[in-house]
Amino acid sequence: MNRRSLKNNNKTLWQSLLLMSVILMLFIIPASAGSVEENAESIASLETALTVLWLIIAGTIVFLMHAGFSLVEIGLTRTKNTANILMKNFMTISLGIIVYWLVGWGIMYGADYGGLIGIDQFFLIGADNTLWNSWWFQMVFAATGATIVSGAMAERTDFKAYLIYTIALVAFIYPVFGHWVWSGAGILTSGFLVDTIGASFHDFAGSSVVHSIGGYSALAGVMLVGSRIGKFKNGKAIAIPGHSLPLAFLGTLILAFGWVGFNGGSTLDGNDPYVSMVIVNTFLAAGAGAIMVMIITWMKTGKPDPSLTANGLLAGLVAITAPCGAVTNWAAIVIGLIGGIVVYAGVMFNENVLKVDDPVGAIAVHGYAGTWGVLAVGIFALGQGDGSMLADAAYTAAGAGLIYGGYQQFVIQVVGAILSIVWAFVASFIVFKIIDLTIGLRVSEEHEIAGLDIVEHGISAYPEFMIHEE
Amino acid sequence: MRKIEAIIRPTKIHEVKDALEEAGFESITVTDVKGRGKQKGVMQQWRGRKYCVDLLPKTKLEIVVTEEDTDMVVDIIQKIAATDSIGDGKIFIYPVEKIIRIRTGETDLDAL
Repeated sequence: MNRRSLKNNNKTLWQSLLLMSVILMLFIIPASAGSVEENAESIASLETALTVLWLIIAGTIVFLMHAGFSLVEIGLTRTKNTANILMKNFMTISLGIIVYWLVGWGIMYGADYGGLIGIDQFFLIGADNTLWNSWWFQMVFAATGATIVSGAMAERTDFKAYLIYTIALVAFIYPVFGHWVWSGAGILTSGFLVDTIGASFHDFAGSSVVHSIGGYSALAGVMLVGSRIGKFKNGKAIAIPGHSLPLAFLGTLILAFGWVGFNGGSTLDGNDPYVSMVIVNTFLAAGAGAIMVMIITWMKTGKPDPSLTANGLLAGLVAITAPCGAVTNWAAIVIGLIGGIVVYAGVMFNENVLKVDDPVGAIAVHGYAGTWGVLAVGIFALGQGDGSMLADAAYTAAGAGLIYGGYQQFVIQVVGAILSIVWAFVASFIVFKIIDLTIGLRVSEEHEIAGLDIVEHGISAYPEFMIHEE
Repeated sequence: MRKIEAIIRPTKIHEVKDALEEAGFESITVTDVKGRGKQKGVMQQWRGRKYCVDLLPKTKLEIVVTEEDTDMVVDIIQKIAATDSIGDGKIFIYPVEKIIRIRTGETDLDAL
């Protein structure tokens, strides 16, 4: 008997059961209806369940961003380093999970010590459903910072050195700044700075906490590791084309998909009335960033440049990550457009002025556009004053931005932006320097030319392209 | 006996091969090669930066024919492989001293 006929045979039975239950409800339910308090309790537990579910789903969406990062990085680099980059990204998330469980979470969200650092909840001791739920959502963010660094330092960095750096970033560099901004007790959201300036630093989903930290750590890394062989000739940057634009574009779109969870999930509430606004703002900025870079490259070189345009979409997303819960749709578009200018100018600045080699544009996309995003909060935030559309929002920038006549929010955003740059650059510079002096940061010239795939992992990512010799 | 060696555009190899086959010349050797002529290379763009690809992908076609057939084969290749743009390639003609078919040991015209 198949399912359909079973259904038909039982139809009459179900109908009569339904009728009986309606009759029962009419007579019995009113008598057993809960008190107002009991109903309120049921609704509250349903709301809690929605939040738990939303954070699990959002975290899962963000998790996929690690695939996006991997594809963007391998697409924009050469075939001979593909297996190495895949392994680096893969181990970033694998180590990230463990290290964020061991210490990262504790330092970020443990009991506050002096506004600087968290000091308990290591190994998630005493965790309950709520804590595990929060950990899952925060964990997928933590490893993202290290992944940003991986792209900028691709094609010449020692694998062991990178693994050790990843542990340092997820265990300490990332969670310390995260504590300052997101723990509620950190120096950027309470205490001396906030009292003096009269506003609390606002970074909705991590333009600074995740992206700036990754971007400026990457800057420290590429300065110490040096450029790839052949990147600069007589001080002039030379193009080293990546091997697969299809992978780079697929990766970029996966990252954009991930941003639904990244920004949408950062409401941290499954019942938040502004979650859809957050997502709309996010994607308005993404489109604007890509359009701007396409236009710039078209005007500058006569041809719209694909990989820079892909960077433009990401720059729009990174820039809107801090202000997405604090600004209007129009502001989101402006923030994305300027994000596009920032990333193009940033890539050119890195190559022509700083003379640093960042194969995937990670420093410009995550560092510079991240800083722009943080400042944009201080410019475009609606604030929570009278008449603001966001007056009752649970989590937004409290102060109005420059264009609405406020200045305190902008001042604290500047302070936060500077702190994120200094902290990420200095802390990462020290860690990379120690690694360089002990085990060495860079592979040998011979190994770099042969490609890290064969030397570090003994396999080419595309074996059938190679000539096999017996 | 002559060996005709033609360096042509990769996009033209199938047309040339079909035309030669139609004219009765089915034995050919084809190799993917890289090279450049007077054209030197083409400019491409990566992340807003121009760069020159100075060795371009080409296809090398080798075919050995009798002296009488040489002009006809060269005509076919030249006619079909031409686009009248820079980068169409070149044809080289060499004398062939001897031909041996490996399977039977036949030589020269018998082996062709």
